[in-house]
Amino acid sequence: MPTFVLRRLLWLPVLLVIVSFVTFVLGHYGPGDPAEVRLGERATPEAVALVREQLGLDRPFFVQYGSYLADAARGDLGDSFAFRGRTVSELVFPKIWVSVQLGLAAMLIAVSLGIPLGLIAAYQQGRWLDTALVSLTLFFLSTPVFISAPFLILFLAVQLGLLPVSGWDGLFSASIVMPALVMGLPGVAGVVRLTRASAIDVLGQDYVRTARAKGLTEATVQVRHVLRNALTPLITVLGLSLATLVEGAFITETIFGIPGIGRLAVESIFSRDYPVIMALVLIVASAFVVANMVVDVLYGFVDPRTRQEMGAYGAR
Amino acid sequence: MAHVERGPIADIDDAAQTDEQRRSRGPWARAALELLRRPKAVFGIAVIVLLYGGGVLAPVLAPYGFDDQDLLAAREGPSADHLLGTDFVGRDVLSRVIYSLRTNLIVTATAVATGSLALGITLGLMAGYFGKRVDTAVMRMGEVFLAFPGLLLVILLAATVRPRVLEWVRGLEDATGIYGLAQWGVADYLVVFGALAVFSWVGVARLVRGQVIQLKAMPFVEASKTTGATAPRLILKHLLPNALPPVIVVVTMGMGAIAGAEVVLSWLGIGIQHPVPSLGSMIREGQDVSILRNQPHLILPPVIVVGLLVFAWNLLGDALNDVLNPRAR
Repeated sequence: MPTFVLRRLLWLPVLLVIVSFVTFVLGHYGPGDPAEVRLGERATPEAVALVREQLGLDRPFFVQYGSYLADAARGDLGDSFAFRGRTVSELVFPKIWVSVQLGLAAMLIAVSLGIPLGLIAAYQQGRWLDTALVSLTLFFLSTPVFISAPFLILFLAVQLGLLPVSGWDGLFSASIVMPALVMGLPGVAGVVRLTRASAIDVLGQDYVRTARAKGLTEATVQVRHVLRNALTPLITVLGLSLATLVEGAFITETIFGIPGIGRLAVESIFSRDYPVIMALVLIVASAFVVANMVVDVLYGFVDPRTRQEMGAYGAR
Repeated sequence: MAHVERGPIADIDDAAQTDEQRRSRGPWARAALELLRRPKAVFGIAVIVLLYGGGVLAPVLAPYGFDDQDLLAAREGPSADHLLGTDFVGRDVLSRVIYSLRTNLIVTATAVATGSLALGITLGLMAGYFGKRVDTAVMRMGEVFLAFPGLLLVILLAATVRPRVLEWVRGLEDATGIYGLAQWGVADYLVVFGALAVFSWVGVARLVRGQVIQLKAMPFVEASKTTGATAPRLILKHLLPNALPPVIVVVTMGMGAIAGAEVVLSWLGIGIQHPVPSLGSMIREGQDVSILRNQPHLILPPVIVVGLLVFAWNLLGDALNDVLNPRAR
């Protein structure tokens, strides 16, 4: 067990370095010469040369990458192209908390609706309720965010006037309901399907039959043997749903006018604000790597069987 | 294909068929028949054929060109002339939806063929068959790609590499003397399909690797090795056909996601660009509360088409999963 955790943890910094390297190369050199990108197409060669020197672009490649890493570690992610005189950190960090709140609300919806519905589907396996739930979840899984959002706005806000069309007033307000629903519904579908599959699997296991055979009450069997084992795979959802939430955040936050990192990312892409794009990718990818690592290690604790199977490659 | 009988699809058993019938058909034909007996598969296939078929036949089917503007008839509701109405510069919405499906088909098909299929299967076979260093290299590379949340990597690639690719395509125009490449969106297609292909190979490669490692230990593979089968023969005749069923399921399930990713990229403005039509840019143009209230015909058609398309792929994937029944992941 300790070697398993250790191996995963040693791999973490390596992954983070690779992630930062890919981001650096793509963000810095992908769009063309950084100095020209910053000055625009009509810049004189002298101005370009001057900016190159100011930005330190005349230094060797790895020196530049090294100083980028060192700056990033100190929280200095450069200056925004689009918002003159503002650093990327000023722009990005306040918005992270907004997106985290929205993501938590969405995840809460996914888990609190998904687990009961998944268990119901499993116990009703093959009956009409199960079929209905499974098709319904497939439908929600197939509904991209920018499809459910306009429909919800049209009905709940425009026609019924129940909720505000857009805006952001924090976690405990009416304005979070629609965006959280929009982001949470595909999650509900995912959790239902996973819970159903694993509960059906567990219900057919020998140890459940054994538990019943040795005379345990049905309640004990259900709680201690079925539920506990059926819900372990849900840990992976924590890691995977982070990716889904980030992807959903781009569109949801833009449509509902929420000042989070998703909307900032979309705006930065439109204004070609590369330092902001790079910073967001770096932060989100790092969070993603850490979350996956945590999931893998947790999974190793909860289900000893996976430790050997996974080796160094993770649960996915 | 003699050994395919031992693959996962050999488990399919159908009481409705007599033994004789069962023996007379190959496993693939039986799987196909089994699939066609499921309503959700038939529905999925029908929707996909209808939508993408319309896209392929766009020049014939669409009543207008995708960029024909009629400013005098802008923002009109559905009528006999324009079945789904017109957009804000008087372009026919139905024609734009049909041409957008062609755009989506081109991007999705190229990305899946190169990324999921060519790259994914080849790398997976190599990792599984050769093992050791090759395996480590491929799997570590995959883990790096998985370190980025999928769509984010695609967005990063598309946003940053796009100016470079555009420059390159312009250079290509000068070098070959064929002009219009940049204008007709060749650069967009390259950027979008490249970004999607780069990230879609990992899942397939992992799956194929796992299958190959299991199959390598099977007696029939050992047997043909002992009788002197060469590596290419082993891989192509024995390992690949037996590893395919779950791959088909996973690729089909991923098709909806890739088709949807094209829409998202174009919606973000870093995918397919004006004037080439895309469902994503159509949704973006129609996405405004006042349009939603007053001209829902602008946004509903692209939204419903995207939803149907993704739903159809997922249904088909689900049905295939039931039929080919790979070991649960």
